[in-house]
Amino acid sequence: MTHWSGYAIAYRTIVIKEVLRFSRIWIQTILPPAITTSLYFVIFGTLIGDRIGEMDGFRYIDFIVPGLILMSVIQNSYANVVSSFYSAKFQHYVDEMLVAPVPNWVVLAGYVSGGVARGVAVGSVVTLVSLFFTDLEIHSYAITLLVFVLTSILFALAGFINAVYANTFDDIAIVPTFVLTPLTYLGGVFYSIQLLPQFWQDVSMANPVLYMVNAFRFGLIGVSDIDLGIAIAIILSFILALSAYSLNLLHRGVGIKK
Amino acid sequence: MNALSIRNLHKRYNNGFEALKGIDLDVKEGDFFALLGPNGAGKSTAIGIIASLVNKSSGQVAVFGHDTDRQPEAAKQFIGLVPQEFNFNQWEPVVEILINQAGYYGIPRGEAYLRAEKSLKRLDLWDRRSEQARALSGGMKRRLMIARALVHRPRLLILDEPTAGVDIEIRRSMWAFLREINAQGTTIILTTHYLEEAESLCRNIAIINHGRIVEQSSLSGLLSRLHTETFVLNLREALPRLPELDGYVLERVDETTLEVELSCEQTVNGLFETLSRKGIEVVSMRNKQNRLEQMFINMVDRDRSRSVEGKA
Repeated sequence: MTHWSGYAIAYRTIVIKEVLRFSRIWIQTILPPAITTSLYFVIFGTLIGDRIGEMDGFRYIDFIVPGLILMSVIQNSYANVVSSFYSAKFQHYVDEMLVAPVPNWVVLAGYVSGGVARGVAVGSVVTLVSLFFTDLEIHSYAITLLVFVLTSILFALAGFINAVYANTFDDIAIVPTFVLTPLTYLGGVFYSIQLLPQFWQDVSMANPVLYMVNAFRFGLIGVSDIDLGIAIAIILSFILALSAYSLNLLHRGVGIKK
Repeated sequence: MNALSIRNLHKRYNNGFEALKGIDLDVKEGDFFALLGPNGAGKSTAIGIIASLVNKSSGQVAVFGHDTDRQPEAAKQFIGLVPQEFNFNQWEPVVEILINQAGYYGIPRGEAYLRAEKSLKRLDLWDRRSEQARALSGGMKRRLMIARALVHRPRLLILDEPTAGVDIEIRRSMWAFLREINAQGTTIILTTHYLEEAESLCRNIAIINHGRIVEQSSLSGLLSRLHTETFVLNLREALPRLPELDGYVLERVDETTLEVELSCEQTVNGLFETLSRKGIEVVSMRNKQNRLEQMFINMVDRDRSRSVEGKA
């Protein structure tokens, strides 16, 4: 067996383990985002949305669909990796990988792929739910899929870093509650930043989630507050930076080795 | 060839505690080796470094000639680790734990399943293969960790207190299993607090204390250096008082039980002849203390005295 085929088997093992993990507890992992997003569609889309009227030339519910789908992808990609890797640390079964000849990049790729798998699963369910409230006519499948997957990778990496540093279960809840949720809600999920005063428009530009939501909205309905090229470049830059940082943490054994 | 070579291994934790103070250790291929020491002596730290779970401060570790710094993946291929604490996913089915572990070593799922089946059957866990690991008893969890450590067929098996907390029957069956795989060529390094376990299983031994190896030799060589041994004799007839036997240190435990201390120059045959001459008939005898235990306590005490003198 070559090194590469061994690595491929190790990678597949981690991914299968991760997918089985969130599939076994689908009532905790897949169902809640579907219900929450349905409520968003009903309240913000149907009940309030009809009073808001149009945004960027679209019905309000059509405008918020991309953001709501991407919000579920962001939260679930992050949640999957942070909870899974922290559990592996907490119960010490991360040792199973540390004692084995699995390179750090395979461990990282496996966990990130697990996060992407959950992001895709939940995003797909939310997309199906959205079809009950709106008629989705996808502007660009390629851009939609690209942003969908890249965003999922980025937040899976962020979840991994959170898990490495976490020492308690509280630590894995702090970032999603106090960082991720505000960034997502203020990242243009429910509004166009054109509605904001210039100062807050400028402040919003520092929010990376804004670029992802707008790039995804462009893929789905063809409108965006941000240049698509810049948005993709920013997402890729974050992925590269977080990947390098995660590998460095694994190499040094931060949080996992004594 | 050495299965394991350690040179000048140091470990200082972030809080300043120096767990290892430059240990050197060689374990030959095929050996059944005991690494003994009191709690906090540095055994688990040394094992953690060998298995890449603990970062060393300095020194070299080589497994079958592969340096763990320069060729970590090659070195890891040879090692199977059974740690002290349960470290598997308690929510995963038993067979999945083995299949996943095999996968990390690049073994395809189909083959991993066959290996898992063989290991679990040998360790009497096959009937529980579909249950979550948390449902197993303590002894079963220990056996699961052994099965997991062996799934990639390592040439060096490291067991950190593998029989802690298991009943005597399971312990004996685990000993038989370990003897079997050692006979098949697997080098085994064992740490244990049950010194009769080390005496029964191991051929060579190292004693570690305060982060230093204070003894490394063959078990027989070590035991031959035991200066005195105390035997407990059960007598056929009650003795009203302590008999006088020239050259022997005796203690009367009760009417039918005597304790006799033999120096290394004295023999059991000589003792029996003396007892026969006095008309004392012995029904049975046993060591008062496990021989290795006696040796171990002597060495640790000696090391403690030295360090106290050093500080003074």
